[in-house]
Amino acid sequence: MTYITKPAVRHPSLEENALGLTCRDYEGAMSTLCAGCGHDSVTAAITQAFFELDIPPHRAAKLSGIGCSSKTPAYFISESHGFNAVHGRMPSIATGANAANRDLVYIGISGDGDSLSIGLGQLCHAIRRNVNMLYVLENNGVYGLTKGQFSASADVGTLSKRGEVNRLGPIDPMSLALTLGATFVARSFSGDKQQLVPILKAGLTHRGFAIVDVISPCVTFNDHEGSTKSYAHTRMHNYEVVQTDFVPLMTEITAGQDREGATAVTMHDGSTVVFRSVAEDYDPTDREGALGFLHASQVSGEVATGLLYLEESGEEMHSFENTVDRPLVEVPFGDLCPGSAALEDLQKEWR
Amino acid sequence: MANDDIDRANDFALKIGTVNGTGSASANSMLMQAIFRMGVPVSGKNVFPSNIQGLPTWYEIRVNKDGHLARTPDFDIMVAMNAQTYQRDIEEVASGGYVIYDSTRSLDEDLLRDDVTFLGIPFASLCVENFKGARVRILMKNIAYVGALAALLELDVDLIREMLGEKFAAKPKLIDSNMKAISLGYDYARENFECPLPVRMAPMDATSDSVILTGNAAAALGCVYAGATVGAWYPITPATSIMDAFKEFCGRFRKDPETGKNRFCVVQAEDELAAIGMVLGASWCGARAFTNTSGPGLSLMSEFLGLAYYAEVPAVVFDVQRTGPSTGMPTRTQQGDLFTVVYASHGDTKHIALFPADPEECFYFSVSAFDLAEHFQTPVFVVSDLDIGMNDWMVPRLKWDEGYTPDRGKVLTEEDLESVEEFHRYEDVDGDAIPYRTLPGVHPKGAYFTRGSGHDRYGRYTEDAEAYTDVVDRIARKIDGASAAVPEPEVRLAVDARFGLVTIGACRGAVLEALELLEADGIEISYMRVRGFPFPSGVGQFIDDHELTFVVEQNRDGQLLKLLTVEAGASKDKMTSVKYYGGFSLSAHHVVHGITETLEKAGRRPAGKA
Repeated sequence: MTYITKPAVRHPSLEENALGLTCRDYEGAMSTLCAGCGHDSVTAAITQAFFELDIPPHRAAKLSGIGCSSKTPAYFISESHGFNAVHGRMPSIATGANAANRDLVYIGISGDGDSLSIGLGQLCHAIRRNVNMLYVLENNGVYGLTKGQFSASADVGTLSKRGEVNRLGPIDPMSLALTLGATFVARSFSGDKQQLVPILKAGLTHRGFAIVDVISPCVTFNDHEGSTKSYAHTRMHNYEVVQTDFVPLMTEITAGQDREGATAVTMHDGSTVVFRSVAEDYDPTDREGALGFLHASQVSGEVATGLLYLEESGEEMHSFENTVDRPLVEVPFGDLCPGSAALEDLQKEWR
Repeated sequence: MANDDIDRANDFALKIGTVNGTGSASANSMLMQAIFRMGVPVSGKNVFPSNIQGLPTWYEIRVNKDGHLARTPDFDIMVAMNAQTYQRDIEEVASGGYVIYDSTRSLDEDLLRDDVTFLGIPFASLCVENFKGARVRILMKNIAYVGALAALLELDVDLIREMLGEKFAAKPKLIDSNMKAISLGYDYARENFECPLPVRMAPMDATSDSVILTGNAAAALGCVYAGATVGAWYPITPATSIMDAFKEFCGRFRKDPETGKNRFCVVQAEDELAAIGMVLGASWCGARAFTNTSGPGLSLMSEFLGLAYYAEVPAVVFDVQRTGPSTGMPTRTQQGDLFTVVYASHGDTKHIALFPADPEECFYFSVSAFDLAEHFQTPVFVVSDLDIGMNDWMVPRLKWDEGYTPDRGKVLTEEDLESVEEFHRYEDVDGDAIPYRTLPGVHPKGAYFTRGSGHDRYGRYTEDAEAYTDVVDRIARKIDGASAAVPEPEVRLAVDARFGLVTIGACRGAVLEALELLEADGIEISYMRVRGFPFPSGVGQFIDDHELTFVVEQNRDGQLLKLLTVEAGASKDKMTSVKYYGGFSLSAHHVVHGITETLEKAGRRPAGKA
């Protein structure tokens, strides 16, 4: 496999965002994943979300672990720094990076193997710290690069391509995140860009850890009958619980305008997330209720999608750590080094 | 050996045996501090169990007017406050020495020795008579033995009063109760024994330019002075107190005066894998970041350390060594991580390492480590050990050069990037094997992909043999080049010496003392202490220049000797190991014994000179 750059062709009719950039400016290198891979659709949705949010490409930082999903940061926003960490350890890189420079827009891409097996611990602790980042879990229930072993998200009874039956219960990242106190919990489907893009935009805007579990079928190893992470199965069992719309700060929300029954939550930067529950009595600001609903839909074999939970308290790692508002990388050395006089004084206590 | 005939003022060692968790630590450090303030060179070593409360613990104090402060196993005085350990404590006293014990209960006949003097003081009953409450009585027993020692050793009681005044400035009542306990011990000793003992204190002026400091506090202070802003760690003995101290210093020096917010961020990670990941993330973003750990943590960090080496991300790692392998003895010292440090991670890797000998070097090397890490864009280890890190050392007062500017290495600024045509992360533009780096968020032209997978000089993914070797060969040249940048070895050449000695880290004090003893015995040996890896060029030469070189280190397998063979081109036939690895700090006795035994075996106990 080699590195393939895309030719820079820009069609004059392409739409520009507030920075005068087109969607093409948010693309990366050519994907080397299998044709039809769900991950490539997620990449396209991410590209769209960054473009629509007018984020300067170099102010984004893309992080990932190891696996098919973790290759994808190379396929979007080529003008931003990327960090392909070791397997399952992307959250720690993101945590340290965010500690050093809180002003960048962090997006982490992981998979079900990377997040739910080898990296489960780091994922949990990043949620606890509420590290300000968007964490996309491209979930296909299978290990692709090592050719088709079950992952920890595979449902009981799932058949592998070789015909083995999975007997171990799955780890559901959404229930896990809710239990750990995650402040933004959403699930979507790589085949539903209309649902995915607003969710990604809301996640990028959320102050704190936003986890988006994207069912992203593996066309090579897990798209057959007997798989619960195939295109066909997901399409058939996808139940959009909450319809989500993201309204940027600049747009005024006009009350009553086709928004009957909709709830609006103001994000930390002033933009708004509007959502409408499709499921009866579902309230995405009720953690306990969301947990119960997820459990029930799992039992009935449904894949509940949409913005499942949102809490915009603004408390995140830096507020817990009480760090200065200015990114630590920008604090001048003179403000960090106490100098010789302070050293003299200090040492008087050591006699 | 204690002997009444010779003057033993300011030349003795004492050991205090107590029970962990009874508050003896503050009494012991007060004792050491009093000796220090009398101007006499002193060291204190805490021999403690991996336990919170209940197990035996000891504190060893060595007083030496000539400044030999390494551990000595010959104790002139034993303060035996723990009946559980009477037997071994009494056995450890040098012939002619003294045992101070709590005579509230009489000593078992079997424990008595003819060649030592037993000084019984009823500490428990004195404290029961004079204090109320079980906890206070236990605490005051410790203060009372300090009082008894003050009488027996002729310690300055006014100094002790002054120290208590400083310590309890906010709680004057405690000054009185502590002074009362001091008097209980002091008066009893004066009334019942001939004071002072032949081993005693005499005021000197040998400590006025020194401070008392642990290596971990010194290392933490170095991080503050170097401008480190992100620390990530997972608690582990004996490295924990680095981050504790860093937070404490930052609380003083790193608060924004207007908002009270922190100009630092310390993250207690979920494990060492995450700790090093956080350090790499922060360094990648341009912060000076560090972690502190010990052997087990280092093993866990290995995978990420390989990524940092290959993707060229700076990091500073403090390895405070403890006794391995595995969990080993967490509260005992060793130098067993040398291989792990310099070759951490799979594949071809090699890391820069600095080896401080004491807290003073911990401070300066800590600052250098950040400069080297950013200069060479790679992890740098500061390798100390439990003895350096956790014990109280008397070291020269630290100095700070106001002219210091951090070496941030080759980092392209926004203006640089604006003017360059193209930026390639891993290209050797200057021919020094060090590429240019960019930080996230600065400029679109600076963007590149950091990865541990195969990459070419442009930072692109590759599986091409030539493109791969091009990068790893340059990295090898880069790390080799660091041999000229790490601290030079400390060398003391003996005139025309046939023998050399190479050592490392905390062995320094014991080795220098041993060399003096051997010299007095007619054996002259040249000395070298390596302070940095990759070894500077003079290291192999030193071994070449001597007929036989003793390599003194604290591990079983002679890791330093082997490293010298592989990495300094030294001939194995010209070196012989002198090792101690039982977990206590090295003493001169180990070194003298090891060297003389080797010479005797070889049948060449020489006059020393060629």
